[in-house]
Amino acid sequence: MHESVMSLWPTVLASFLASTVEFVEALTVILAVGTVRGWRGALSGAGAAVLVLAVLVAALGPALQVVPLNAVRVALGALMLLFGLRWLRKAALRAAGIIPLHDEAAAFEKETSRLRGQGSAGGGFDTVGFAASFKITMIEGAEVVFIVIAIGAGGHGLLLPACLGAAAALALVIALGVAVHRPLAQVPENTLKFIVGVLLSAFGAFWFGEGLGIRWPGEDWAVPALVVVFALTALAAVRLIPATAPARVKS
Amino acid sequence: MNWLKTIWDELVGLFVDDISLAVVIVLWLAAAGLVVQLKWIPSDLQGPFLALGLVVIFMENTLRRARM
Repeated sequence: MHESVMSLWPTVLASFLASTVEFVEALTVILAVGTVRGWRGALSGAGAAVLVLAVLVAALGPALQVVPLNAVRVALGALMLLFGLRWLRKAALRAAGIIPLHDEAAAFEKETSRLRGQGSAGGGFDTVGFAASFKITMIEGAEVVFIVIAIGAGGHGLLLPACLGAAAALALVIALGVAVHRPLAQVPENTLKFIVGVLLSAFGAFWFGEGLGIRWPGEDWAVPALVVVFALTALAAVRLIPATAPARVKS
Repeated sequence: MNWLKTIWDELVGLFVDDISLAVVIVLWLAAAGLVVQLKWIPSDLQGPFLALGLVVIFMENTLRRARM
């Protein structure tokens, strides 16, 4: 696949939206740590995790270059399909009211309650706040690293756009976090997951096929066609679920 | 080391939520790979064949989960 503008915009968009979802979840916990335990531990924990993740990316990125591209496409295509279809299924079930929506405000309340029960840091460095912030940043950040590498390693020259998408998401979430100073409960997380699920499923199917040597009809145009197919399928599932489900669970 | 296990569990959880969905996807990808390598269907239909199977798997699994 040659990397045209047509293949770059879904790369940036998928990376941006998926990273936004993960960063919003991390921000909720970091805000809770900062509010309850103080900002020194919260920010130093997040910063330390970012450093560890940067080392991981620096190590994994070049390692992927020595693996044959088709093998990388088959492996990452399969992983993207597992990831994308899982998110798409969850988003469809949430949209249909079968499972409750994710609530950042509730997550914030739960985390602050938990942190208040951990005792005071006294005058010294707050290891509890540092550890909580480090852990959530590592967890959500590791997911972002996988997403960026999976999206970016499918073709030559896609890693940089994928990184730019994630960096834009990070900048946006930090800016919003500083501005509103509370969990970003208004972010339409399920809609983001739905879109990301569609994009990752389309990319995953395309790259898995390319890795196998499949010649897609329309070549690069198969990507937007797959996006339409997966989006319509998921929307059809949301419409069909009420007719098949015995009872709906209200969030 | 508990946090390392948490990170590992989270990473695995990225790909596997409903084990039946993950297993069927992997089996379908393996089957599609076999079909492509053995050229059992025309090359122009191989891509749509792969995508059709994924769409059917997604729809069946989602509707089955909704009925549970």
